[in-house]
Amino acid sequence: MIAAAASVVGLLVVGGGVVRSDYMTRQDVVREQPVPFSHQHHVAGLGLDCRYCHTSVEESATAGFPPTHTCMTCHSQIWTDAPLLEPVRKSLATGTPLRWTWVNKLPQFVYFNHSIHVAKGVGCVTCHGRVDTMPLMRRAQPLLMQWCLDCHRNPAPNLRPREAVFDMTWTPPADAEAFGKTLVERYHIDVGNLTHCYICHR
Amino acid sequence: MTGRAAVLGALGALLLIAACDQRMIKQDKDIVWGESKLFEDGKVVQAPPPGTVARGELAYEATLGERPAMSAALLARGQERFDIFCSPCHSRLGDGEGMIVQRGMPHPPSFHSQRLREAPDEHFLQVIANGYGAMYSYASRVPPTDRWAIVAYIRALQLSQNVEVAALPADARERLEGAGR
Ligand code: HEC
Ligand code: HEC
Ligand code: HEC
Ligand code: HEC
Ligand code: HEC
Ligand code: HEC
Repeated sequence: MIAAAASVVGLLVVGGGVVRSDYMTRQDVVREQPVPFSHQHHVAGLGLDCRYCHTSVEESATAGFPPTHTCMTCHSQIWTDAPLLEPVRKSLATGTPLRWTWVNKLPQFVYFNHSIHVAKGVGCVTCHGRVDTMPLMRRAQPLLMQWCLDCHRNPAPNLRPREAVFDMTWTPPADAEAFGKTLVERYHIDVGNLTHCYICHR
Repeated sequence: MTGRAAVLGALGALLLIAACDQRMIKQDKDIVWGESKLFEDGKVVQAPPPGTVARGELAYEATLGERPAMSAALLARGQERFDIFCSPCHSRLGDGEGMIVQRGMPHPPSFHSQRLREAPDEHFLQVIANGYGAMYSYASRVPPTDRWAIVAYIRALQLSQNVEVAALPADARERLEGAGR
């Protein structure tokens, strides 16, 4: 009986560990995409701003995936014969959108909103990592509740000026702590209320 | 006996863990960027039927008819939007030497040509909305108010590359002449 109980507890512990492991959270796993799109190439190499493609990120809950039209603003003229880009050309010709694999995906009982984070000075790099060094997209953070809460409890050290939100290489000034605190005030961040369940489960 | 209990216990625990993944992760609702079972083409965000006019759309389009007053805020917005959407090809200077052009995009004309300096604002608004030759439309990404902001900024760029020395403020003139021109 004790053995049984022990094995139950043991398995639960292991199970709990599995649920929070990189395997289950899919952190750092590269996923299959219809086109091997490289952020490294387009962001670091060509200097494109995130908003050229993820245009809605400042105004809406989602950052979104660029429509085929956006790729074709360049690829109608350059690399027009590249076999890698065949699915893009086919998508434009047939009007069928490309089906990008969603790499960062929350359970549907969680409410998330990009625009508020952008407006209050949380950088893309804080949640998505150095996208500009990724030849293929992968998840940089576990996206667990604990991770959201760690920041919601004390956002100050993770804030930056709004103008630097899209900057992948911004570094805080020497007195980072004081600087974070001034940003909390400047952007009127209501720290005490950010951990209420209804903020993320509505 | 303890052996069998342990196995049973283990199986029970496995069931429990399996149940851990029966959360409300996937719900029977359509989410933006997800896949729809409701529509044949699988798109959640459907295009409106042809000919429909959305609420507020006319007022939105009407902002195109009226040039907003020039202000520092308008120029700052224009600079930001220009750098995001136009500079990859037209370059931050507007001379058409952008990064994508260096990688094989056809060379756009410089904004500092006599023709484009004299072109009316409407021409720029038209090009942003409808595209021009090899350039695609930016209508879906640059809303009407931002189009005006970009035009204002292009005007500032044009001025920056084409100004009489005598028209400069005194300190700027001194610096220029001090630089040994
Ligand atoms: C040229 C267009 C383009 C630019 C510029 C661009 N992206 Fe993307 N982005 C895409 C495409 C296409 C995908 C989907 C394919 C993939 O995941 O690689 C994507 C996916 C992503 C994802 C993963 C989305 C998911 O599936 O969860 C993140 C995060 C992301 N981009 C962040 C950024 C950031 C941050 C920047 C600016 C530094 C940026 N992107 C610039 C086109 C672009
Ligand atoms: C602003 C211009 C621009 C846009 C928009 C753009 N690309 Fe590119 N892309 C380029 C250029 C330029 C190259 C080639 C770079 C070179 O010459 O070194 C390239 C190369 C590629 C390649 C070749 C493989 C590689 O990365 O080396 C793929 C695949 C690709 N792009 C996919 C896409 C997709 C998918 C989209 C839309 C989400 C897209 N691109 C949007 C400019 C663009
Ligand atoms: C506070 C953390 C956080 C910040 C900051 C953030 N993201 Fe995200 N991003 C997420 C989460 C969480 C998801 C998954 C959303 C979901 O499943 O609904 C996501 C999803 C995405 C996606 C996939 C499509 C979508 O809209 O869900 C893209 C693209 C993306 N982010 C780009 C960006 C860009 C670009 C920025 C910077 C402007 C940015 N993100 C800033 C957390 C963040
Ligand atoms: C790096 C810091 C950081 C991380 C990580 C983060 N957030 Fe936030 N979040 C903020 C800040 C800052 C605000 C703005 C609070 C304000 O406006 O007072 C915010 C606001 C929000 C809001 C809007 C609150 C409101 O007042 O309605 C939601 C919803 C939210 N976050 C959800 C999430 C979820 C879900 C996650 C995890 C997937 C997450 N956040 C991860 C910093 C973060
Ligand atoms: C800052 C955002 C945020 C806040 C605030 C928040 N949650 Fe969550 N919660 C999440 C995210 C993200 C997930 C999904 C990831 C995970 O399971 O860790 C989640 C998952 C859960 C789950 C499912 C866990 C599981 O393993 O299936 C429960 C239950 C839950 N939250 C309850 C709560 C309660 C109760 C509160 C208030 C005390 C709360 N949450 C506050 C973001 C939040
Ligand atoms: C992907 C590259 C690219 C981007 C980004 C781009 N353009 Fe262009 N643009 C071109 C090319 C190429 C031409 C020349 C087209 C031709 O003559 O076939 C052009 C031409 C023009 C012209 C000249 C029309 C004439 O009378 O000769 C204007 C004005 C213009 N673009 C404005 C803009 C503005 C404003 C933006 C930003 C909203 C923008 N462009 C973004 C490539 C681009």
